[in-house]
Amino acid sequence: MNHELARTLEAIQPPPVVMVDEERLRPFETDAFVSHRQVPMMAVLPDRESQVGEIVSACAARGVPVVTRGAGTGISGGAIPHAEGVLLVVTRMRALLALDPLGRTATVEPGMRNLVVSEIAAPHGLFYAPDPSSQLVCSIGGNVAENAGGVHCLKYGFTLHNILAVVAYDGEGERLELGSLALDAPGYDLMALITGSEGNLGVVTQVVVRLLPRPAATETLLAAFGSVREAAEAVGEILGAGLIPAALEMMDRVVIEACERYMNLGFPKDAEALLLAEVDGGVEETRDALALVRSILERCGATEVRVARDDAERAELWRSRKGAFTALATVRPDYYTIDGTIPRRMLPHVLDQVYSLAKAEGLLVGNVFHAGDGNIHPCIFYDASVPGELERGEALGGRILELCIDVGGTITGEHGVGIEKLRQMCKQFRPAEIAAFHDVKRAFDPASILNPGKAVPTLNRCSEWGGMHIRDGRVPRADIPRF
Amino acid sequence: MGGFLAPTFLDSEMSDFIPQLCDHVRRSAEAKTRLRIRGGSTKDFYGGAPTGVAVEMGAYAGIIAYEPRELVLTVKAGTRLSEVEAALAAERQMLAFEPPHFGEGATIGGTVAAGFSGPRRPYAGSARDFVLGARIVNGKGEDLSFGGRVIKNVAGYDVSRLMTGALGTLGILTELSFKVLPRPAAHVTLAFQLEAPQAVEQANLWAGQPLPLSAAAWQEGVLRVRLSGAESAVKAATARLGGDAMRDGDAFWKDLREHRLPFFRAGLPLWRLSLPQAAAPIPTPHAQLIDWGGGQRWVSGELDAVALRASVAAAGGHATLFRGGDKSQGVFHPLQPALAKIHKRLKEAFDPAGILNHGRLYDF
Repeated sequence: MNHELARTLEAIQPPPVVMVDEERLRPFETDAFVSHRQVPMMAVLPDRESQVGEIVSACAARGVPVVTRGAGTGISGGAIPHAEGVLLVVTRMRALLALDPLGRTATVEPGMRNLVVSEIAAPHGLFYAPDPSSQLVCSIGGNVAENAGGVHCLKYGFTLHNILAVVAYDGEGERLELGSLALDAPGYDLMALITGSEGNLGVVTQVVVRLLPRPAATETLLAAFGSVREAAEAVGEILGAGLIPAALEMMDRVVIEACERYMNLGFPKDAEALLLAEVDGGVEETRDALALVRSILERCGATEVRVARDDAERAELWRSRKGAFTALATVRPDYYTIDGTIPRRMLPHVLDQVYSLAKAEGLLVGNVFHAGDGNIHPCIFYDASVPGELERGEALGGRILELCIDVGGTITGEHGVGIEKLRQMCKQFRPAEIAAFHDVKRAFDPASILNPGKAVPTLNRCSEWGGMHIRDGRVPRADIPRF
Repeated sequence: MGGFLAPTFLDSEMSDFIPQLCDHVRRSAEAKTRLRIRGGSTKDFYGGAPTGVAVEMGAYAGIIAYEPRELVLTVKAGTRLSEVEAALAAERQMLAFEPPHFGEGATIGGTVAAGFSGPRRPYAGSARDFVLGARIVNGKGEDLSFGGRVIKNVAGYDVSRLMTGALGTLGILTELSFKVLPRPAAHVTLAFQLEAPQAVEQANLWAGQPLPLSAAAWQEGVLRVRLSGAESAVKAATARLGGDAMRDGDAFWKDLREHRLPFFRAGLPLWRLSLPQAAAPIPTPHAQLIDWGGGQRWVSGELDAVALRASVAAAGGHATLFRGGDKSQGVFHPLQPALAKIHKRLKEAFDPAGILNHGRLYDF
């Protein structure tokens, strides 16, 4: 069967690269959710859209699962291959198809790297706003699949807010044009629906992105606080003052200490929280915004406020935030990053809870996160070589996500559900809502060949995980397939 | 207005509203009774003619949660848009998509169902962009919640945004959450004498520069540009752009948004052309009013739907018979077959009996 499929894919004109040897498939066995691995049955690397249509049609005709992969930087396991499936790798499809500087749009293939879009736009004074921390490597197709955000999304929005249209192939191999070159399209907003659908509703082959004018000025501040509560209060005060900074990032003591050891930034030894704020826009408004933010930080009890005087100093201030994850790798051999969003006012409460949950598990946790939009990223440290630590870390992560739900938040702000958070989906959504998600998937992919088993749990798995009663050691309705 | 529903519904305790609504929809689905979802009846002109037994949403009203510092507002769907805007204005915030009302009774539910956005749309985002979550009752009478009350959320497919602009054909909106933004401290409207092609080009050139643009519209040889932001930003941009400051700028944008300018008063069919912002002019036998910096162009008068749609589609856009006219040729641009297939499947899944706002959007 798989040889027959491989021959069919190789017969596509012009032929895509088809890989079936385990040795060549091994590098694709995981994305950035490295604790899970699976070698695919086959990998195929098209270099043009016409091949994608034929690949999906061939798989659809045979009922073979298709997992789409871009740069493989996703950290929830969305691009982990299927054992009996084809891994469709789009990294060779990275062309710029059209650029309209006046209309401020670019049409790109899904394998184009995020940062390249901004580089292409730069000569026209434009940029592509979403900037996930992996932007040097991650590709636009994956950004659409995950509705990627970044450190500047408080002001500039997520991928959804910065794209106009996508071309995608649905689970029956049909070509869909979703959205349009205009600001809207007739009918249901299927472009919004496919954005963030984690490869479940279509294989994206073209993306029309919106480009924004590069701000004339940027100011960056870093403030130290004696408590997380004061830093959180400052965040609320800034937003309450009618200002939307481009970025508002926070780091807690564990992260500060790791950064100090690793980068020696010279922050007050007693700092419990660092707040990094960036404002941008026109020259005059940015100057005024800087003064306002500075006064709020000081009024809220900042023990030190540093303002970058030039781009070199700005890079230095950002180094603590962007280098934090590297610094954290020095704390313990392994760490695991959580991605929940909470109402911002709950921040001090949630962090207290996170620390005590970690203490109960005997694990260390550090926090570095997007404070402006309440998207927290607790990092759980463990040592995979110590038996049971990974499992305890994952269990702690699960409890933190449930805490996010309990305070009115969500289990994923930007990393996606993938395979990582399927279990918590069952807590965030009720069975009828999960069923509605499956209905949506069936509309695009009736045979469920696109990234099956990711993003949305089966109802059976939910009942299995949550409160399903097991009597006398027997699983109820053992005849139902559980996968 | 038909049936048993309205009196008991309106008099009932609001805490029972959603369970009663679910029960009513379930029974209507069993009986195949079509339902017409009604807020303030201000947008009945839009889309296919409303038919069926009215489900009155106006009574399910009120702000559920509003914490200005969170930039999040959660509100019952029957709440008047004017009430929502007043609550936000009291905290110097706003719905940044600047929705048109088209009448005093406009509700927030109808606003989202229609998916309309005002002059600020190209620079701030659309109704869809600011919807964070939706609680709905689907055509099976199920009470479902999607999205959430936080700004950043990618759990589950984005069904709340799918509901935006779906004209109530997939579910009855009951509660909605929005991202809200601070109101700009200052604004000014500048006028420039330009012909349409130059006006569109100029508006796009400015949109590519770091200027606090919040609207750009052209009519009868005049390009009007609104700048909004911090005092210093508006002042600096005004000095840079030149032009004549309009004294009645606010009234102009409001009248444009609400279709109260003389252009809209002719009693003729009104077409909306949604085009790439920098698209070259689409010739029409009647005058056009260009909004959204070129992205939304209005034409008032009898036009050949097929020919108009062909020329608009060739330019990358689509045409809607927004108000009046002969609706038999379709109010909305016809869908490509592959997309029509998915539309029908979604409708079938969310409303298998086909009872919700039948025919408002397409023929289902």
